[in-house]
Amino acid sequence: MRPAVLAPPRSEGFGLAQYARCFNGIVWREALRFWHQRERFVSALVRPLVWLFIFAAGFRSVLGVSIMPPYDTYVLYEVYITPGLVAMITLFSGMQSSLSMVYDREMGNMRSLLVSPFPRWFLLTSKLAAGTAVSLAQVYAFLIVAFFWEIEPPSPWGYLTVLPALILAGLMLGALGMLLSSLIKQLENFAGVMNFVIFPMFFASSALYPLWRVKEGSPWLAFVCELNPFTHAVELIRFAFYEQINFLALAVVLGTAVVFLAAAIAAYDPSRGMLIRRLHVH
Amino acid sequence: MSFRPPDPKTASGQQNGAIAAALDIAGVSHSYGKRKALSDVSLRVRPASFCVLLGLNGAGKSTLYSLITRLYGAQKGTIRIFGFDVNRVPSEALRRLGVVFQARTLDLDLTVLQNLSYHAALHGMSARETKLRAAFVLDQAGMTGRADDKARNLSGGQMRRVEIARALLHCPRLLLLDEPTAGLDIKARADILKHVRGLVAEAGIGVLWATHLIDEIEPADDVVLLHEGKVLDRGNASEVAARAGAPDIGAAFNELTGIAGGRKSCDRPS
Repeated sequence: MRPAVLAPPRSEGFGLAQYARCFNGIVWREALRFWHQRERFVSALVRPLVWLFIFAAGFRSVLGVSIMPPYDTYVLYEVYITPGLVAMITLFSGMQSSLSMVYDREMGNMRSLLVSPFPRWFLLTSKLAAGTAVSLAQVYAFLIVAFFWEIEPPSPWGYLTVLPALILAGLMLGALGMLLSSLIKQLENFAGVMNFVIFPMFFASSALYPLWRVKEGSPWLAFVCELNPFTHAVELIRFAFYEQINFLALAVVLGTAVVFLAAAIAAYDPSRGMLIRRLHVH
Repeated sequence: MSFRPPDPKTASGQQNGAIAAALDIAGVSHSYGKRKALSDVSLRVRPASFCVLLGLNGAGKSTLYSLITRLYGAQKGTIRIFGFDVNRVPSEALRRLGVVFQARTLDLDLTVLQNLSYHAALHGMSARETKLRAAFVLDQAGMTGRADDKARNLSGGQMRRVEIARALLHCPRLLLLDEPTAGLDIKARADILKHVRGLVAEAGIGVLWATHLIDEIEPADDVVLLHEGKVLDRGNASEVAARAGAPDIGAAFNELTGIAGGRKSCDRPS
């Protein structure tokens, strides 16, 4: 090894270009990791497809969906649950990001990120954006397969108008995952996230059945579904497919995303010390 | 919108043009719940010097490193890197700092070059800068030929060398290494130690080297003896030994910690 004279430190402060490079680097690394874990991509795709091809086909004759916004005619059950399955991909992707953050913390990679001189809020927001970009790739892959199953929005523009809804839902669920990652002590505890977060969020929502049907069976469950931010993510996506905006869903998803992200940033703030036990090795 | 941090001269920076210490830790205490991990720790690392933080496992070395790198904040005391307070102006402090953690932090699925590129991005370096610097630090570490290999295919010693190269990528003026030779064979240990000492002598980098291995210390090194979260003594290794009335720094450490003759004493690996 040959020591040599190094250049002096660069000028102080960071410019916009440096912020952009940092952001790009974090997104690039997440994309590379996703590329290296192709099984993750396949399983992310298979899960909703099983629901679409088997569950929805089986329940088609049992669960009819009457006319309700944004639909202006009767729709097949497969059509109804597609936005819910899209949101499910986003939900699992957000939780997968949470899992990878816990893994990174245990393997030490998280330290490399957190000792970057950029502000921690910026690093975490970039990581969140990177996770959202990965979830978008999964969603569009699913939509391509669904297209060949003859499930598509009323016009091709629906694929474009759903994009902002997907980004917002991805940010909200990714921020929730990030917050959870700060609370999970060990990788083994992640099973709890499945049982206490993913399943209740998914099933107590409008992803699989319209809320008016839930209300018929159990008014209190319908109330819980209405409180569930995932319901609003599903509805935001459903309306966006039909080139419409559900303003209540938009407000809830946006507000919840901001709250989850602020809580995650606070949880990772060094002065609050919530990570002490998590990061402390020796 | 400005991203510039406060002027260092008014934000814990250099005072009256004097050259600040590479690392200045003053009165730092930290607890995990009721357990005190560090108690009133103070130490200084001069620019272009090799300083050894000597302590047994559990002495508080890793906690101190976590506070210096702002993984979490110190509950009491101040930490300054070249005059920049880690808690008040973290950007300026951290950009002058390179770190090699005790646990391996390379992404095993990425190549050596990709690991370096990711680190460069986390420091806002341009693609051109990254290419030039990566070639330089890999050459410096003798790892040029492995640039395109996945990190998981490297030996323990090679991973360490890549981690050191990565820590130097953004031209830090202070390098922290937390037990960097742990788990390495004798040759790899000697190589890494020689490499880092070379960086001090020829590149003028200040180094804080945490270890429990006595044979990594030379008589002229600055030494900080840390035991159960407290600094027992600090200064030139020969002077510390003399003050303790011991023939060398190892004996001094055992004398000061009261563990002389026991198996718990600082190791002298064969």
